[in-house]
Amino acid sequence: MNTGSDATALASIFRAQSGRVLAALIVQLQDFDLAEEALQDAMTQALRLWPTKGVPDNGAAWLLTVARRKAIDHLRRQKTQRAKAAEISLHQTLDQDVLSETDYVIPDERLRLIFTCCHPALSPDAQVALTLRTLCGLSACEIARAFLVSETTMNQRLTRAKAKIRTAAIAYEIPDQTDIFMRLEPVLAVIYLIYNESYLALEGDTPISVDLAAEALRLVKILRKLLPHPEVSGLLALITLHTARRGARINTAGDLVALQDQDRSLWDRGAITKGKKLLLHTLAGRNPGPYQIQAAISALHSESSSWADTDWPQIIGLYGALHKMTPSPVVALNRAVAIANGGDFGRGLQEIRALESRLSTYQPYFAARADVLARFDKPEQARLDYAQAIALSKNAAERRFLQHKLSELT
Amino acid sequence: MQYMALIYSAPGSEESYDGDMFADYGAFGQAAIAAGVFKAGDALHPVAMASSLQVRGGKTSVTDGPFAETKEQLGGYYLLECADLDEALKWAAKIPTAKYGTIEVRPIVVFDT
Repeated sequence: MNTGSDATALASIFRAQSGRVLAALIVQLQDFDLAEEALQDAMTQALRLWPTKGVPDNGAAWLLTVARRKAIDHLRRQKTQRAKAAEISLHQTLDQDVLSETDYVIPDERLRLIFTCCHPALSPDAQVALTLRTLCGLSACEIARAFLVSETTMNQRLTRAKAKIRTAAIAYEIPDQTDIFMRLEPVLAVIYLIYNESYLALEGDTPISVDLAAEALRLVKILRKLLPHPEVSGLLALITLHTARRGARINTAGDLVALQDQDRSLWDRGAITKGKKLLLHTLAGRNPGPYQIQAAISALHSESSSWADTDWPQIIGLYGALHKMTPSPVVALNRAVAIANGGDFGRGLQEIRALESRLSTYQPYFAARADVLARFDKPEQARLDYAQAIALSKNAAERRFLQHKLSELT
Repeated sequence: MQYMALIYSAPGSEESYDGDMFADYGAFGQAAIAAGVFKAGDALHPVAMASSLQVRGGKTSVTDGPFAETKEQLGGYYLLECADLDEALKWAAKIPTAKYGTIEVRPIVVFDT
């Protein structure tokens, strides 16, 4: 037993352990709300007992055992057939576990749970919210603030998602081998979305307390440990490489800095080496996928000493491969921009223009075209495109960045 | 758990079906019965044969055709007994119309007694 723990120490234990404990509870009880309530009760009890009696050696197992007892109390009050069955199952596990509390290893049910939270039958918004709530242990209020929606909206989103899981009987199961790749897609998309949202949060108008980038990194690491699929490693490499350049994306005035203008000495070399090593190891498995390719593109940027030195032909080729795997106008835009960056302005611009009808409400489309036009010595057309990009932007830092670009035109 | 698989398709879209649809539906039904998931299933006549009815203020009104205009129309259904949504979705994916139409999978309400 450790003594003398304060509230912050307890909070960090809760934070580190709650995901695993909550996952074990949800999967056993097959009920999100009951699991959350039971864990909350157990934490309240821990807050009361631990500061005086000391933190148990296996705090997580203690929390799980107490939460199971609390769940039994809740179920007793319900008196339905379902509750009765759940109560019996809980009694059985408690009897088995009680003898071995200190060396008891909590079953890691987070993999099952992440497949449930990211089930394609749920909307992407709901998948993200549910994953952050249950696997990262964020509160509805924290998630709401990070995604710039009201707490009421976020609570409704979570409630609806949980109701659908219960009503439509979405299973708490790891998909079988034939389906796993298809089902892995939304899981990776959710983690990448959480990561990308961290940029918006970083650039947003309201400061937020939650580090979504760290949460995404934590999730992808957990996922990789439980499911070592090359695309999971690809996503980890991609996030590692992106994060390495993060420090150079915002200048001291708090403004966005485009890749071509970034001070490359600010890039985290250690993280770049780590990301590249992981990527090379993963690519050696010869089972490529969209995340591995995006990580490879990121790695090429990371290893160029300057914008001019960038290996554009290889980047163009990689975007081409990505487009074959996941055809989308956004990937086609990136490829076209790379063609222009590589020196073939005419062809790049032509391909960019061909995409206009499909990307007419996409802010980055106009920003990218403006950028190419400016360098192609067409300031009049560039001006119109910057104005269009500013009109489409939803973010203050981004607008400032575009405004600055616009003012630089001659 | 019981799930209703509602089979929707746009009129005429079945022409794009590659294969013998009648035989494939027969095979699907046999497979579902053999696996013990089949509870019921029927095909419906087209919406041109439908009547829509409303009772408002005690007065019944009947009109021709479907109540709302939709591109895809309900053409049939299966009632399936499955362990969970994933099993139901797996069966729904085998319904021949899934290749050119849409299968909507809805859980059946169980009222607590």
